[in-house]
Amino acid sequence: MEAALRRPVVQEAASDAAPMAVALDDVSISFAMKGQPVYKAVAPTSLHVREGEFVAIVGPTGCGKSTLLNATAGLLAPASGTVTVFGAPLNGLNAQAGYLFQQDALMPWKTALDNIAIALEIGGTRRADALVEAQEWLKKVGLGRFGDRYPHQLSGGQRKRVGLAQVLVRHPKILLMDEPFGPLDAQTRQIMGTLLLRLWAQDRKAVLFVTHDLEEAIALSDRVVIMSAGPEARIIGDFPIDLARPRDTADIRLDPRFHELHRQIWNQLKAEVAKTYGEDLAS
Amino acid sequence: MKLHPVKLLFLQLLVAVVALAIWQVGATVPIGGKYLLPEFFFSKPGDVLTRVYTLFATGVIWKHLWITLTETVLAFLIGSIAGVVFGFWFARQPNVAAVFDPYVKMFNALPRVVLAPIFMLWLGLGIWSKVALGVTLVFFIVFFNVYQGVKEVSPVVLANARMMGMNERQLFRNVYWPSALSWMFSSLHTAVGFALVGAVVGEYLGSSAGLGYLIHQAEGVFDVTGVFAGMVILAAFVLVIDWGVTRIERRLLVWRPQSASGQN
Repeated sequence: MEAALRRPVVQEAASDAAPMAVALDDVSISFAMKGQPVYKAVAPTSLHVREGEFVAIVGPTGCGKSTLLNATAGLLAPASGTVTVFGAPLNGLNAQAGYLFQQDALMPWKTALDNIAIALEIGGTRRADALVEAQEWLKKVGLGRFGDRYPHQLSGGQRKRVGLAQVLVRHPKILLMDEPFGPLDAQTRQIMGTLLLRLWAQDRKAVLFVTHDLEEAIALSDRVVIMSAGPEARIIGDFPIDLARPRDTADIRLDPRFHELHRQIWNQLKAEVAKTYGEDLAS
Repeated sequence: MKLHPVKLLFLQLLVAVVALAIWQVGATVPIGGKYLLPEFFFSKPGDVLTRVYTLFATGVIWKHLWITLTETVLAFLIGSIAGVVFGFWFARQPNVAAVFDPYVKMFNALPRVVLAPIFMLWLGLGIWSKVALGVTLVFFIVFFNVYQGVKEVSPVVLANARMMGMNERQLFRNVYWPSALSWMFSSLHTAVGFALVGAVVGEYLGSSAGLGYLIHQAEGVFDVTGVFAGMVILAAFVLVIDWGVTRIERRLLVWRPQSASGQN
């Protein structure tokens, strides 16, 4: 089998020697809600992502995966612990990071092209130059002819592509993705995944990718981190994914090694999913 | 089922023809020795149209139309600018909004017509007392819409813009401002309508020119034909302005999905 032949060619995406891009140390996150006791979303958790490493966080719905991502982005202050970005403690927003949101985050009043160009313009790039570069990125995500469309005139998948280009055009050193392909249909998700991997392979940023889809996580990442059900969610598993790159997110699912990894990780995740829904199912 | 456009136009015209016919018959054909619509109180369609024609033919009407248009435009502009500025300010400064909240509510609840005599006292019988009345009407519409627009900026779009590295000034220009503006434009029809109401009501209550003045004068001498002629011209005037506003709106809100802009 070809897959068997491919296995030895595993590339170590981020060697142990690579410097740390993101380090979450004993980070816990709580929410104070009116008239209710403080909700401890995430128990003290540590997670390290090296430069060039693609890490996926998987967990049941509502486990605080996105919360952890928001803490890394600086959109949310952790209740305790430290967030370190390239060796420096994070203070305020994470300027090194690009964030691809789950929901539509494009400015509806700007065209696809302008939505990408603005990301450069606010950094001081001249408008003419920004437009040229934005057009290049539109081409890279396969939307070269759609520059003058407004977000509502694009499909969900196309909007995500524009969003991806909007984030990548700034060349952030860290890419944070919060279930970015969640709202898309299965077919589009795989196409987006392959596109993401192709773009990522060009300069290998550190990626923190949150998803509830284990298959997607394995297909994309170098490491899959499993989180337990909330409240007081924590990391309960950390699996290296030694599938060869470059990968096609659709084909890789047929690889025997993929199935082996899937079974191994699922066994761990299963118990957590049961815990989340257990009470509902038992009653 | 949707009507064929030609059929629709035919039916629309039919409504007008039937209404005018009833009016004409009621005013000229006695039924049992009595007129259903006595000419003294209801005039006749033919007379009204002739009067409208005369008003335009002699050129008398242009001065009045111009005055009313000027008042409407000024009321709209001043009211809108003030509404945008205050709407923005209040939305970005919740404490300011909290302090002024009861007064804003109080003033908005006041029927604005009662202010007309005061404006006339302060600003005289010229156009500015009418503009002031229009401004008090337009201001609140725009103010509430802009306030809402700034408040309801999508938190995801905002977070995305922040992550992009936008500072406060850039957020204002690229996120808050377009969002507020879109809400303002969605109330454009209402705002322009109210500006016109302010102008005409103001003229009606005391002035020396304008469409409201024209109607008021005609009423003063029981010239029903004149009143109806004034109303016809006023209605046509509103249609023309509304058409213009629709054109502007389409231009400015291209980025909006059709269904959403259709709702407003």
